[in-house]
Amino acid sequence: MLTQPATMEAVDGGTLVNDFSIEVATVNGSGSQTANIVLMRTIFQMGVPVSGKNLFPSNISGLPTWFQIRANHKGYKARKAGIDLMICMNPETAKDDVAKVRPGTLLIYDEPLKLDALRNDLAFCAVPFQKLVAAACPEPKLHKLVKNMIYVGVAAQMLGLDMDEVKAAIAKQLDGKQKAIDLNQGAVQAGHDWAAAEAPRQTRLKIVRDDKTKGQIIIDGNTACALGAMFAGVTVVAWYPITPSSSAVESLIDYAKVYRKDPATGKLNVAIVQMEDEIASAGVVVGAGWAGARAMTATSGPGISLMSEFIGLGYFAECPGVFLDVTRMGPSTGLPTRTSQGDVELCAKCSHGDTLHICLYPGTMEECFQFTYQAFDLAERYQTPVFVVSDLDLGMQNWASQPFAYPEGAFDRGKVLDEAQLKDIQDWGRYKDVDGDGVCLRTLPGTPGGKGAYFARGTGHNPYALYSEKPDEFLATVDRLKKKFLTARASVPEPLLTGPGVQRGILAYGSSDPAVAEARDLLTELHAKDTDYLRVRALPFTDAVEAFIASHDVVYVVEQNRDGQMTNLLREFFPQHATRMKKVLHYDSTAITAQTIVDQINAFEN
Amino acid sequence: MTTATVPTNKIGLTKQDYVGAKSTLCPGCGHDAITSQIIQAAWEMNLEPHRVAKLSGIGCSSKTPTYFMSQAWGFNSVHGRAAAVCTGAALANRSLINILASGDGDSMSIGMGQLVHMIRRNVPVVYILEDNGVYGLTKGQFSATADVGSTLKHGDVNEITPIDPCTLAMELGCGFVARSFSGNPKQLGTILKAALAFEGTALIDVISPCVTFNNHDSSTKSYKNAKDHEMPLQELGFVPYYDAEEVEIEPGAAMEVGLPDGSRLTFRTIGKGFDPTDRYAAMKAVHEAHDRGEFLTGILHIATGKPILHDFTHTVDDVLATLPQASVKPGPEVLAECMRELM
Ligand SMILES: Cc1ncc(C[n+]2csc(CCOP(=O)(O)OP(=O)(O)O)c2C)c(N)n1
Ligand code: SF4
Ligand SMILES: [Mg+2]
Repeated sequence: MLTQPATMEAVDGGTLVNDFSIEVATVNGSGSQTANIVLMRTIFQMGVPVSGKNLFPSNISGLPTWFQIRANHKGYKARKAGIDLMICMNPETAKDDVAKVRPGTLLIYDEPLKLDALRNDLAFCAVPFQKLVAAACPEPKLHKLVKNMIYVGVAAQMLGLDMDEVKAAIAKQLDGKQKAIDLNQGAVQAGHDWAAAEAPRQTRLKIVRDDKTKGQIIIDGNTACALGAMFAGVTVVAWYPITPSSSAVESLIDYAKVYRKDPATGKLNVAIVQMEDEIASAGVVVGAGWAGARAMTATSGPGISLMSEFIGLGYFAECPGVFLDVTRMGPSTGLPTRTSQGDVELCAKCSHGDTLHICLYPGTMEECFQFTYQAFDLAERYQTPVFVVSDLDLGMQNWASQPFAYPEGAFDRGKVLDEAQLKDIQDWGRYKDVDGDGVCLRTLPGTPGGKGAYFARGTGHNPYALYSEKPDEFLATVDRLKKKFLTARASVPEPLLTGPGVQRGILAYGSSDPAVAEARDLLTELHAKDTDYLRVRALPFTDAVEAFIASHDVVYVVEQNRDGQMTNLLREFFPQHATRMKKVLHYDSTAITAQTIVDQINAFEN
Repeated sequence: MTTATVPTNKIGLTKQDYVGAKSTLCPGCGHDAITSQIIQAAWEMNLEPHRVAKLSGIGCSSKTPTYFMSQAWGFNSVHGRAAAVCTGAALANRSLINILASGDGDSMSIGMGQLVHMIRRNVPVVYILEDNGVYGLTKGQFSATADVGSTLKHGDVNEITPIDPCTLAMELGCGFVARSFSGNPKQLGTILKAALAFEGTALIDVISPCVTFNNHDSSTKSYKNAKDHEMPLQELGFVPYYDAEEVEIEPGAAMEVGLPDGSRLTFRTIGKGFDPTDRYAAMKAVHEAHDRGEFLTGILHIATGKPILHDFTHTVDDVLATLPQASVKPGPEVLAECMRELM
């Protein structure tokens, strides 16, 4: 008997149509990633909303890895516990993989593993991979790769996938490599033909063509951030490789080679430098920002920890810079290939002394793109480090998304004085708050005219950028920096509000969004609990954030960390509402599920 | 009142135009003597102050950019990591002339990694390492350049092998490596001018006694010991780029190296023959001198024409920071193309 709630699955006479989960257990480095993406892409191309999550180890080759694909006609994208089709390709984990699935699961496995002896409540499909591989591919050294495509073919046949779409997905994935395309298309066909003749019939899981993904793209958040930076006119990038952020810069390098090349000389108009560590990367960002470049780095928590001294310098000397943190599970090296929202407080207050940073929290692929783009405007407008706080789930997983809208309009380069403007100013001081908004007038090194030079420093300084140890001048500086931070409320993305207007609120941010959306439906449909939902998208918090908390009796703050870091920040800024907020937390290193949220909210209310 | 004619340089600036704020270092500190030579060299080399970036880390030595060229852009950054700030500034604006002041603590301990990698990337900068063998600003602890057997004021003896910034830089392929002594202003001034005429990283290790914490007789970096053990390698001559007339080099042991900006550097070797273009010979000579308890000063190694930072980044000749939006923001058709590829 299935115990899943009705809304979670579309059951048509015992068949789950366009609504089930697949998990593929393989060995890292076996080339299964391509096969899994082909499987996911095929479902996407058939118009069925789908999401894919790679649960990979911190290892190049040999350790187990799992790929989860969720097809859902309603468009729910969050991870879902409970697997309907398990494909066991890893002998080492096969026993555990069989043990963890629920009754009724369809299990495709390699015949010699004899997994059907382990349980009698599953639907088994034993595939003679060795025989099929040998027939499909004469070259032994390619067998490992071809084997993966065979399970794709078997699954395609059993789930009713359109083979033309499977082949198109292979061609897309292998982009122009005709020999590989032919080989892989042959392998899926072999798997398909075998299944048509030999596999047991199954009617429980089925993909039927739909039209819900028309015009959409499949992208990961790191690529989206790279595009955001490229269109924002980034000119200096300094980085040090670290999972899960590396692909953001690597993808930017690929794009820059094509789209940021000076047509006349063939030279690049962006400098991308792999530094010796994250300290140096942050130093370059600060130095380049000071000298007027649109500068950025991408890293993860351990990198941010190393960068923190320089980030404090950027904050205090007021140098723009964009810091992309693709968060992974800490503390320490933690679980480098698993997701987390554990750097929220680290980024908000990075560095010693009183610091507060503008942080953007993208929750969708479009926001990864837009917010990275916008981060450069904010950094230059407010002359300060700006964080884009992403995570592994957003950054490295594949997401279906609407195509991105072109960011129209001019860059905001902030209050930068040129030679002519400097001439007109009598008593210029780099850190004089002439506009009363905490944001001072800036000059760039190299500006001619003999006016405008100043001495940036991380030490105490007065409005004229001169060294100062005077208490009143120091106080004025740090208070102005706080004022500047609060001024930024006018420019950061507002939170998004949805809901019928009830007394029960949910507040979340970033990659928790899909799970929250699904959890709200479950709460309404199965537990008669309506909720309002506010998705926070930036620090400093705007008035709308406070208004939401103030107008709800209880606000469940959903986050993927142990300590409720966003709640802590909210309580700091809105102490009068501290007790309304309840922490709903998920931090076992997997991506959050809707069920977790439902269960915790129910527990609070029972 | 008649105004005495104050000498000006080729761009009409007086030497006064190159000074900075009044020094707050201890009277007699070697670092102040270096500052004076920086001012002199910048004036003689006609540096346009608005094009100069003065960078530093943290330490007494790192305070010195405040004391020269107040019309230039300064950045007193974090301890040991001015190299990265300088790299960033150079990437943002390649027309800047970078002068970086650092100390032996700043460069040889906390900032060692950054100095090493800055040299590898050949970042255009005159890197002045004001070397006193101690941490002046934190009140006199040993630094990594302290010689074995050298003592602190209260008697502690250094037992650990020092790091020599110059042989290290040569090992890394630095194209301009020099050592001088703050008590030898003439030589230091010439070296600074030559360094300003150089195109990549120019490292100058200047023995610069800390009169407060490391000037006692049992310190190898005291004024007295430095004077006694300094061994100038060459008599240096410098013909600036703007001196069009041919300067005749007298026959004899002199050799000449042309610098990228058109200036010329001449060497008249003192004593045994020494060829600063031979990196391996130079490293050997420096090591051997050190074993004898001497330190060689002068231009230890020079090699022009190496690729610099901007060659490695393959970036355009223009200043990246001020490129117009039109050239750095691809159009809607590019985004549409990127989206199509992802469909
Ligand atoms: C991260 C960090 N650690 C330690 C210090 C303390 N500190 C300031 S200056 C200095 C040493 C400076 O020595 P050196 O570079 O030789 O300069 P000097 O004062 O001798 O000229 C130290 C350790 C600091 N400012 N920052
Ligand atoms: S403590 Fe030493 S290094 Fe620092 S200013 Fe005084 S003499 Fe110079
Ligand atoms: Mg020192």
